[in-house]
Amino acid sequence: MNPMRMRPRNEAPGDTMSRRVFLKTTAAAGAGLTLGLYLGDALAQASGPGKTVGSATAGTFEPNAFLRIGNDNTVTVVVKHLEMGQGVYTGLPTLIAEELDAAWSQVRVEGAPADASRYNNLLWGPAQGTGGSTAMANSFEQYRQAGAAARAMLVAAAAEQWKVPADSIQVKNGVVFHANGRKASLGELADAAAKQPVPTGVKLKDTKDFVYIGKHVPRTDSKAKSNGTARFTQDVKLPDMLTAVVAHAPRFGQRLQAFDTNSVAGIPGVRYVVEVPTGVAIIATTFWAAKKGRDALKVEWDEASGFRGSSDTMLADYRKLAATPGKAARNDGDAAKAIDGAAKKLEAVFEFPYLAHAAMEPMNCVVKLTADACEIWNGEQFQTGDQMAIAKYTGLKPEQVRLNMLFAGGSFGRRANPASDYVLEAVSIAVALTRAGKPGIPVKLVWTREDDMKGGYYRPMYVHALKAGLDASGNVVGWHHRIVGQSIVAGTAFESMMAKDGIDVTSVEGASTLPYAIPNLAVELHSPKLPVPVLWWRSVGSTHTAYSTETFVDELAAAAGKDPVAFRRAMLAKHPRHLAALELAAQKADWSKPLAPGKAGEKRARGVAVHESFGTVVAQVAEVTVKDNTFRVDRVVCAVDCGIAVNPDIIRAQMEGGIGFGLSAALYGKVTLKDGLVEQSNFHDYPLLRISEMPAIDVHIVPSTEKPSGVGEPGVPVIAPAVANALAAATGKRVRALPLSLA
Amino acid sequence: MPILFVNKERVDVAASVPGDTPLLWILRDNLNLTGTKYGCGMALCGACTVYVDGQPTRSCVTPLSSLKPGVEITTIEGVGTKEAKAVQAAWEKLDVPQCGYCQSGQVMAAAALLAKKKRPTDADIDEAMTGIACRCATYVRIRAAIKEAAKALA
Repeated sequence: MNPMRMRPRNEAPGDTMSRRVFLKTTAAAGAGLTLGLYLGDALAQASGPGKTVGSATAGTFEPNAFLRIGNDNTVTVVVKHLEMGQGVYTGLPTLIAEELDAAWSQVRVEGAPADASRYNNLLWGPAQGTGGSTAMANSFEQYRQAGAAARAMLVAAAAEQWKVPADSIQVKNGVVFHANGRKASLGELADAAAKQPVPTGVKLKDTKDFVYIGKHVPRTDSKAKSNGTARFTQDVKLPDMLTAVVAHAPRFGQRLQAFDTNSVAGIPGVRYVVEVPTGVAIIATTFWAAKKGRDALKVEWDEASGFRGSSDTMLADYRKLAATPGKAARNDGDAAKAIDGAAKKLEAVFEFPYLAHAAMEPMNCVVKLTADACEIWNGEQFQTGDQMAIAKYTGLKPEQVRLNMLFAGGSFGRRANPASDYVLEAVSIAVALTRAGKPGIPVKLVWTREDDMKGGYYRPMYVHALKAGLDASGNVVGWHHRIVGQSIVAGTAFESMMAKDGIDVTSVEGASTLPYAIPNLAVELHSPKLPVPVLWWRSVGSTHTAYSTETFVDELAAAAGKDPVAFRRAMLAKHPRHLAALELAAQKADWSKPLAPGKAGEKRARGVAVHESFGTVVAQVAEVTVKDNTFRVDRVVCAVDCGIAVNPDIIRAQMEGGIGFGLSAALYGKVTLKDGLVEQSNFHDYPLLRISEMPAIDVHIVPSTEKPSGVGEPGVPVIAPAVANALAAATGKRVRALPLSLA
Repeated sequence: MPILFVNKERVDVAASVPGDTPLLWILRDNLNLTGTKYGCGMALCGACTVYVDGQPTRSCVTPLSSLKPGVEITTIEGVGTKEAKAVQAAWEKLDVPQCGYCQSGQVMAAAALLAKKKRPTDADIDEAMTGIACRCATYVRIRAAIKEAAKALA
């Protein structure tokens, strides 16, 4: 055992790795429990995605990268996108089942491996990953083609066997049949179908012939997610795997000064302590041992380094910036002049705090690193980025980095990080162990809730300054919108694609795309650089732009003495989808009729908002009850236009959940810094919406024959402005800082 | 050597397991019963809810040393009450889960509620379920599925 000492960080370059590593010298803490007969293991590992595909065993028909049909009559669909709750493990298999005419009960789902040559997101060019509500939008044709090609090959095989023309054969509910009485299951024809040439450009079904698309198809993952067998990263257990917890610097950018390996000596189960770029990793037989090790670790951070900013001063700086001209993101006519000459002028400044994603499953990642491969188990949302980053860090080739995509216990953008932060942290631990002469040990990195909350990659803080002018008839003649906030894409691989002329599209989307017919309209942007790591957060730019634009429009309607729905309607003639969603929500909410009054001392009112994000238009009417300075949201009527509704029930679920997620932020969401320290740590100071606060929700889908767009995000941004507008209607008070407060 | 009964199986806990180890991590790391989830470690989210002698309990703040010898632990893997079966059937029927991470806790809490109240009101549901956070906000369906399960049990 080394003598007790603090190891100075700046030791000579020649310092040996062994000094950095604390090898536990006492007997390995093995199985802590003596078990009786036990079946837990088999149960816990029984189901869930994560298996690697691509192994066409004997007796399977694998016409393309997206499905295979076994002799056991199962149709296994390989889903290239992460299932994080949004329903993609149901939606994409639906497309294949539809064109294949499979029975839904024979469909199985598997997560795709990292292979951008086959599984790239068609809306992201050559990159594989999930985000921007693109899963259905980019896969709609691709997965249908995959199913249709398989069907054609099965039919061709049957035609050959039965000596009948292919066009006289039908397929229904997983059965291939002919009028002459011959029939076969998909599985029975699998071997023969595999010998058929793969067709291209097979004609897809006419929408009127759909049997699954647009109908009720149950989720493929509900059972496993109701009985505890769904497998998440947190649940992965590999032989000889150890668990790592990392002591992180308290401030962003703060450097490690020294740590004392002996401070963890004697903690049962702790095996290794290693320095990694992000701090000090304690590696133990169990999570609890690792956490106790971290609690005990004596560690010093360089007080001269690290960001020491505070939210209130940063906000004050942002407000000053908001008073100066920024880069133009949109410039129609002459907004300043139009506002100057307007009959009535309005101004408002809005504040939006940093937000944490706070997925229920804190960030985690399992890694197994050997000399020629790095295998990862992760709620993998950004395969190509993570694969490249790991290859670069380890010196392996990208194809030597294997990613197993498991269910994610939520993400909301957090697991799609261009910086690959927690994934690289896991890999760095494996690399440190390897350098210390302990290669090949599988390691599960587990972040505690506190690590997750304080770990950065927040939705950026923003300040918006809006000005507008109305003419004597109450028409908006000029609109000026200035946004201040960190760029999400700056310095990432997405910058070239998502930033143009210094304008980060994700900072202004929803504002620069304002649908209202306003002749003079300007949107400007300031993107101050700060060391607080930022990231997309479910619905990204719309999380703030929908709020400022839709509450300000409401304020203008009030100033013009017009009904909020009529006011919007008058400016949406060129945006029929916005208009249709708005009208549907208003109609279903009985907008034109008075709201039932509340009890004595209560005020009730409705508010409306409409917003497009990721190609989907959502309108919501919120009903609130206000008593003194408190309020509750009683009911939300939501109309959504997402093109063809592939799975109406999942669309409803995403609207319900999106409203709850948006409401959680509207009521509580706020991450603040003081002297560089994140002030929140867990759900007591970063509260989540609870069931008792959940409004009743009615979702209505606008009928459409347009190509489908996404639904995972677009329900989120609309609720906060709808609620704020309802609060204004009830109290006359315009809330311009989030989270919402009437106090 | 403390003795627990986990899902009716006898578990002899070695003396070397520290007494401060939360039940959650004994279930997850030692017994590989991973259906019970870690979400907060502070009894704030309820993802770790199991039954201790039949009572819904936050296993993340229940140290081994606090468990009486012979205590009965029931996890999502072992819960087989008629209420739990009805809840799980309703969860499937209404497709309650989204990401699914909190749902073991939701199912355990909902089944415990139905064991106590055959026809829970909205207020009963709020009281019993408010401690179990769902970040996907599947609450509309949780409420509906509890009522559905109550109907099925009637």
